[in-house]
Amino acid sequence: MPNLYTILTILLFPLVSFLLLGLTSRRIPKNLAGLFATAMMLISTGASLMVAFNYFTLAPATGHAGNFETIFRFPWLVFNEKLSIDVCIVIDPLTIMMLVVVTFVSAMVHIFSLSYMKGEERFTTYFAFLGLFTFSMLGLVLAGNLFQIYICWELVGVSSFLLIGYYFTKPSAIAAAKKAFIVTRFADLGFLIGILVLSYYGESLDIATLLQRLGNSSDGRFQSASAASFLGLSALAWGLLLVFVGGAGKSAMFPLHIWLPDAMEGPTPVSALIHAATMVVAGVFLVARLFGMFILLPDVMSVITFIGLFSASFAAVIACTQTDIKRILAYSTMSQIGYMMFSLGISNSGDHYLGYTASLFHLFTHAFFKSLLFLGAGAVIHLVHSNEVEKMGGLRKHLPLVHLSFLIACLAIAGVFPLAGFYSKEEILLAAFSANRFVFGVALLTAGLTAFYMFRLYFLIFWGKPADITPHHHGSWLMSIPLLLLTGCTIVVGWLPFGSHISWGGITHHSTINWLFSAAPLGISAFGIAIAYIKYARPSDRTSSSDSAQNWLYRAAFKKFYIDELYLWITHSILTPLVARPFAWFDRNIVDGLIHVVADGVASCYYLFRKMQSGKLQDYLLYFMGGIAAWMIFFFYLWK
Amino acid sequence: MQHVPLLHILIVSTALFFIGMYGMFTRRNLITILMSLELMLNSVNINLAAFQRYLYPQQTDGIFLSLFIIIIAAAEAAIAIAIIIHLYRTYHSVDVEDASELKY
Repeated sequence: MPNLYTILTILLFPLVSFLLLGLTSRRIPKNLAGLFATAMMLISTGASLMVAFNYFTLAPATGHAGNFETIFRFPWLVFNEKLSIDVCIVIDPLTIMMLVVVTFVSAMVHIFSLSYMKGEERFTTYFAFLGLFTFSMLGLVLAGNLFQIYICWELVGVSSFLLIGYYFTKPSAIAAAKKAFIVTRFADLGFLIGILVLSYYGESLDIATLLQRLGNSSDGRFQSASAASFLGLSALAWGLLLVFVGGAGKSAMFPLHIWLPDAMEGPTPVSALIHAATMVVAGVFLVARLFGMFILLPDVMSVITFIGLFSASFAAVIACTQTDIKRILAYSTMSQIGYMMFSLGISNSGDHYLGYTASLFHLFTHAFFKSLLFLGAGAVIHLVHSNEVEKMGGLRKHLPLVHLSFLIACLAIAGVFPLAGFYSKEEILLAAFSANRFVFGVALLTAGLTAFYMFRLYFLIFWGKPADITPHHHGSWLMSIPLLLLTGCTIVVGWLPFGSHISWGGITHHSTINWLFSAAPLGISAFGIAIAYIKYARPSDRTSSSDSAQNWLYRAAFKKFYIDELYLWITHSILTPLVARPFAWFDRNIVDGLIHVVADGVASCYYLFRKMQSGKLQDYLLYFMGGIAAWMIFFFYLWK
Repeated sequence: MQHVPLLHILIVSTALFFIGMYGMFTRRNLITILMSLELMLNSVNINLAAFQRYLYPQQTDGIFLSLFIIIIAAAEAAIAIAIIIHLYRTYHSVDVEDASELKY
């Protein structure tokens, strides 16, 4: 059992960094601030690696995911003897895994940012926000209470808002930050209602208690929750669907994905943090955390499956057409998160919850190679000063280290043996194969698309006609350290015995490679890479993409299937005139009108009476004498 | 002494009171207003003394009351003159119309 103080070290050091840097942002030297935040984060990372090592190797029999150990509990809000909110910290293998991912990626991002953000005016503020972001995500994974999760969930939202809108002098950055905040906030409304439904039927907010009561088909509360039906679905299904809406908003699942590509307006290391460790995996984590409830409802599970599957393939198609390096990576994140989601969704049918393990394994490996990709993209952008892949090309001579690490990350995300992505994607495909052949087919196709668009990006950046750039400054050695470490992780984390530590229902999975099965995904990845090579590797073929621009599918995908336009149309043409305007009219004329009547009445009385207060002594004397005379008349003549 | 009836004394004091009141309403000079105030106070004193002398010669309450009023009038005059001096220093005038800022 992990030591409480070690866990508190992991959790609170980023918070200390945020508070100190946030309060003294103008008074301390920038270099010192950056080093302080990085040191705090490294301590936190070291502690979490130690905890994970002890947890998984010294006492491996501590149980499977969902088997919580509460190491800290404090009754916070006691409403009555049945309902109270206890602040608690719980530990299970899932939490430990997430702690490692979050702190490690955050530490890498901190080190990278020391060099990447050099010379920024709000350097200290940037590091303070990074601390807040990391702290919120750590709080989210350690929370043992839905209410606590919700608080941290919103903190994650607000810190992402602050970081996406970091360059707040750029109008596009402000718009992107607002969009991310509003879309995820809208989804969080669903999450909040879901929490209320679950806590109403489960009569608790504690996750372990809820899982015991509502994740157990013989419990009376489960039966009453699944008997009460609303619009054809049981109350429990509604609650879980609404919770999933919250998760889908944070994890950028279709149709709430629109904020993710725009979130690229933030600094590139922040994108690495958002995409690999902190924000988008929160939705997957939430579903995994409440998996014991989801698993009893096949309808909800299939909704998760198909939303995940659709997002995965949809984003992959869009990613093939984009020309902004960070947007391509953003859509690839959405696609990979889609993989994780549908893998969770299919895990109730088939092979002993293999999908659960596979999904979290993919989350784990994805964190490393996706942060590597983003940091590599950051190094490229640092050199080229542009996000457009058209302005890049032939960069492998300028940035040999970035080239190597980017290649390895691309191979990993394409699922090439023996890198990390191969093992996790293999497991997802295996789970899909045993659960649902249709899902398997689409997932396989998406894997091919993934290989294609990643290598399209790779060839466009590093091969082809060399772009005319002056290599005036290379990334410093501070940028190389995280790239090297993450490259190492991308190679080795696939070999970890993940399935024997994190699984559902106490069944461990030993990853063995079935070569016959692996042939299909490896083949389709190789096919995707080959097409990308033929189309994009040689300088003369640069313009071939403009030929296909006539194709309607290409144009639709390039425009992201007009989802943004659809949202704009709905809000501008339907919501604004039919809902917002009448409400605004009601607010302005009825609600405000009533207040104005009262206020104007009081004000006119005041204007009437204030004329008495002339400031002239003799006027007051007149009132005084007049008053006495009036009293005298009253008493002498009228008082009987 | 006995030839002066009470009524005459009351008429004099009433006249004095209303002369004082008239002065308070019409004068603009603060010193004059203060003098008018003293007139009103003294008319009350005359009343008290007359009632004591004519109606209750055995009791001394009226005399004491008018003594109190004289003392209070002296104190009040001291304070009022202090205020007037201060006003004069601020506004360079003792016109009551000029000191009309304390309102609303």
